[in-house]
Amino acid sequence: MIDFHLEPRSGVAPYMQLVHQVQQALRLGMLEVGDQLPTVKQVVAKIAINPNTVLKAYRELERQGLVAPQPGRGTFVTATLADASLDAHAELKTALQQWIAQARRAGLDDDAIQALFDTTIRKAPQVTT
Amino acid sequence: MSTPVLSTTALTKRYGRHTALAETTLDIPAGRIVGLVGPNGAGKSTLLALAAGLIRPTSGHIEVLGRTPAADAAQLARVGFVAQDTPVYAGLSVADHLRLGEHLNPAWDRRFAQARIAQIGLDPAKKAGRLSGGQKAQLALTLAAAKRPELLIFDEPVAALDPLARRAFLQNLMAFVAELDISVILSSHLIGDVERVCDHLVVLAESRVQVAGEIDDLTANHHRIVGPRGSLDALPDGIHVIAADHTPRQSTLIVHDTTGRTTLDGAEPIGLEDMVLTYLHRAEGLTAPTLQETRA
Repeated sequence: MIDFHLEPRSGVAPYMQLVHQVQQALRLGMLEVGDQLPTVKQVVAKIAINPNTVLKAYRELERQGLVAPQPGRGTFVTATLADASLDAHAELKTALQQWIAQARRAGLDDDAIQALFDTTIRKAPQVTT
Repeated sequence: MSTPVLSTTALTKRYGRHTALAETTLDIPAGRIVGLVGPNGAGKSTLLALAAGLIRPTSGHIEVLGRTPAADAAQLARVGFVAQDTPVYAGLSVADHLRLGEHLNPAWDRRFAQARIAQIGLDPAKKAGRLSGGQKAQLALTLAAAKRPELLIFDEPVAALDPLARRAFLQNLMAFVAELDISVILSSHLIGDVERVCDHLVVLAESRVQVAGEIDDLTANHHRIVGPRGSLDALPDGIHVIAADHTPRQSTLIVHDTTGRTTLDGAEPIGLEDMVLTYLHRAEGLTAPTLQETRA
């Protein structure tokens, strides 16, 4: 079963952090169809967050078609994000490694690379729309 | 919709010439965990004491769960209040506290109280004066919850606790909320805790409400915009500038999009802590330090 955590200083809303963690686990194949998500009570007692936050995250995952509640039993994974994207991982990783090597040759340190990546990815959706 | 848990109109409390709370108008829906934040002396304890019915307003109006606070025994039973420093009777044992709670509260849930005390691991025979700070807080929380109120009010519940005790207290409180379906209002200096457990925020400073609302809405509608100097002088209607900082070449704004749907060029998300600090600094007439850091 997935273990949630919360990064208080990330600037990402807590419910989105939970959503991302489930998506991430689905992408990496750590969660599979049929797996159960922890109950709201289990999550709030473990990481001390608002029950509404957990409900909101589960509703969002349901809206995305990734999980479905089964009355009286809990919330279960109904889809995976792994199939298509996992195949592309190796190729993307190689390209990223080449890019990082290129950035280091150009004199960027890890902080500068991280900053460039962060600002670029933040602006990427605005470029494509 | 159900009755708001707290509704105030121009609520004001003065002590002599000192205004502790001024013209406060709030409307907080039921079922929320409300975080009340602000510096010392901002009026947080005054607002909580007014909600609990411990003091009366100088002017204005307040309703808790649709009625005047502490109007009668029935209304008192609907609200649990834990004052600052989680007071317990030092000379009484944990079991004495439970007996006292049972005598004083008609809706007392004995099974719940005993189960929670066992779960926390408190020895019923132990005198409350010999409990740790964290254990005292857990005892006060259990007593307040076992009267099965509709609203729990805490004044700085975790201020005096070490990080482990603080987390244990919040875990317990969230378990109560999930189990009992209650509303909570708590004041805190720790914005990280507020972000973790609360879904509604009220920022108080200088006796006034600076901003209030659902936390997800507030963080979605506050942005930091950085742009060349002069490019940000004209903003669309409904965009309120909370703070502005200018260098000769660059301007940094913290804005509140009151329309909730304007697309702004160069807008970046701003965390809850920076947002709260921006309002607190504005209330004191200072520029936010988060902005000053961007000066070249």
